[in-house]
Amino acid sequence: MDLSFTPEEQAFREEVRSFFAQNLPKDMSDAVRAGGELTKDMMDRYHALLNERGWLGTTWPKEFGGPGWSPVQRHIFEEEACRAYAPRIVPFGLAMLAPVLMKFGTKEQQEEYLPRILSGEDWWCQGYSEPGAGSDLASLKTRAVRDGDDYVINGQKTWTTLGQHANRIFCLVRTDPDVKPQKGISFILVDLDTPGIEMRPIKLIEGGYEVNEVFFTDVRVPASNLVGEENMGWTIAKFLLTHERTNIAGVGFSMQALEEVKALARTVKRGGKTLAEDPLFAARIAQVEIDLEAMKLTNLRMLYKAQKQGAPGPETSILKIKGTVIGQELKDLARRALGPSAAPFPGSSLGNLALAPADHENDAARYFNNRKTSIFGGSNEIQRNILTKTMLEL
Amino acid sequence: MDFDLTEDRQMLSDTLTRYLKDKYPIETRTKVAYEAPFHAPAQWDALAELGALFALAPEEAGGFGGTGFDISVVFEALGGALCPEPILGALQASRLLTSAEADQEALLSGATKYAVGIGELEAPYELESIQAEARAAGSDYQVSGRKSVVYGGQVADIFLVAARLDGELAVFEVSAADASVTGFGMIDGGGAAELVLEDTPARLILKDAEAALEDAMNAGVVALCAEAVGAMDGRKVMKLEYLRTRKEVGVPIGKFKVLQHRAVDMLTEIEQARSITIKAAAELGGPDAARYASMAKNLIGRAGRLIAEEAIQMHGGIAMTWEYPGSHYAKRLIMIDAQLGDTDYHLSRVMAA
Repeated sequence: MDLSFTPEEQAFREEVRSFFAQNLPKDMSDAVRAGGELTKDMMDRYHALLNERGWLGTTWPKEFGGPGWSPVQRHIFEEEACRAYAPRIVPFGLAMLAPVLMKFGTKEQQEEYLPRILSGEDWWCQGYSEPGAGSDLASLKTRAVRDGDDYVINGQKTWTTLGQHANRIFCLVRTDPDVKPQKGISFILVDLDTPGIEMRPIKLIEGGYEVNEVFFTDVRVPASNLVGEENMGWTIAKFLLTHERTNIAGVGFSMQALEEVKALARTVKRGGKTLAEDPLFAARIAQVEIDLEAMKLTNLRMLYKAQKQGAPGPETSILKIKGTVIGQELKDLARRALGPSAAPFPGSSLGNLALAPADHENDAARYFNNRKTSIFGGSNEIQRNILTKTMLEL
Repeated sequence: MDFDLTEDRQMLSDTLTRYLKDKYPIETRTKVAYEAPFHAPAQWDALAELGALFALAPEEAGGFGGTGFDISVVFEALGGALCPEPILGALQASRLLTSAEADQEALLSGATKYAVGIGELEAPYELESIQAEARAAGSDYQVSGRKSVVYGGQVADIFLVAARLDGELAVFEVSAADASVTGFGMIDGGGAAELVLEDTPARLILKDAEAALEDAMNAGVVALCAEAVGAMDGRKVMKLEYLRTRKEVGVPIGKFKVLQHRAVDMLTEIEQARSITIKAAAELGGPDAARYASMAKNLIGRAGRLIAEEAIQMHGGIAMTWEYPGSHYAKRLIMIDAQLGDTDYHLSRVMAA
């Protein structure tokens, strides 16, 4: 039993920390700190910055041009990125499609797409959920019918995150409607320029735009765009769900959020005293701090296990459930700390009468936006179903 | 980073777990734990022989352990079997004797039973409110005051007592024979005592003892947290069997989503409880020991209550019976919160830090 990092891991942490200190442009960290939406240009520049250093494909093995990091190194990188207020790496191409192509793609597909993911030439988005198939993904209905050398796709995808920036989409489509739902699904790559595709933005609860609906009407896609065999899409989807979950707990983000809430509590005054001096509010912070401290260890324990066994186990669903709840609690505390000062709609012009301290103008919006975390990526209820089967064996 | 036990600790863990499972099963335990003297002398001797006490002290003090992980290995095994033997007192006494660089061979061999009296009726947890007082009497000392709910006090040969000497906290040794000791059994099994001291002859063990007492409290907290983790895990196993076999309208109740999801939440909290206990054990003896011990005890208090109450609820009527082993696990998980600082007390310590 030894909770310390190895000298090599500590040196790696120093390396990452100084990289961010020296290279992360201030406009990026400022934007992340303020919690608003990031522009495509900013995300592209961030990816390019990491790519130049060879650190963009954080989960990629060396043979595919990645850094070949261990789970612990990825964890350290993630923590340091959060600490530096670096943007989040957009995961759809880098962390979701890329591992699928490495495992199930043909050599041609790997050679065609992987370099373009790293270079930023392709921006991928995800076509999984449908209006009638969210947590119950297997019930998806978007049809792909083979016609000569093509598939013809009809249907609708939704919750397509950052699809407005994308030029390509990877989709789960139904290729056989006459078998058990899981058996008739395929995984296919689609160029968003193909005629018949329409992307419409969805305005979110807090007023922001980050997700879209995608409509497919007689969209012809070359059959060579299929990944894996026809009807093995569910296997790929499951692989994707369990493959890359080292950051699922969001520990780095929550650690940063905790520091922000504490700083906020020391700033906000009520009746001549700061909120940090209010025992009720201080108790709320202390409680979530304790839960986060435990979460850090739970995360490391599971990382350690994943590193030893070569793959994360089903217990990582615990990280998703508890990690998202802790993150939401912290966003809730920030919003509550502001009281009525959280009320102005983001972007309101108050001039020098600004209510919230700098970088906290979006705290209510962030709170509302963050409610998504217990819903997406397999809702927390789906995670409980998974744990019921795998860990409790009920 | 390494989350595996060393070979030695794994062996100790296996040895104790196997012994308790074979020789101190829950039926035996339930008899012993609720009848005076609320422990079994033969079991005490056997556990001492297996090294359960030597593991609590470092080599320089005559033991073979003494780190947070040695302590947590022993107490997790004890917790899994709901063992009522008064080992917490031995641990806290050993910490104090180590701080005092005093001989503790009789403690570690199990020949002499120690209990530690720190808490008082109106100061159950906080050192700063301790009222008991000592004064010099010839070449020795006399102590007056009441030490409340002294765990293991019902069978202790020697008490180590925290009292003020010229206003400063000090530790004194009091022989059970010289003091008024009123032993009693506890609702969750095992025993304790009210220790009333009135100019009772005492031997000074350690002056300026605040840091040593703090360390004994932290070590005790790590032990209790590990004991709770052991009890939670044991509890889990029984509950799952029940969920798989108990039927309602012809369906095993474990097939009902409402119970499945609650069971998963219990599992999640058990993992969190284990994590924070590992952290507290790792920090024991270091500069942040108090902070992490408090974090652990707070989380254990919350998780213990969730698991105990949910387990009772999910089992239904059977969990309300004395006969059902789960009831005794639930009682221990609830009452452990009141030992050495409860959820709120430790939360306020984390807040203050």
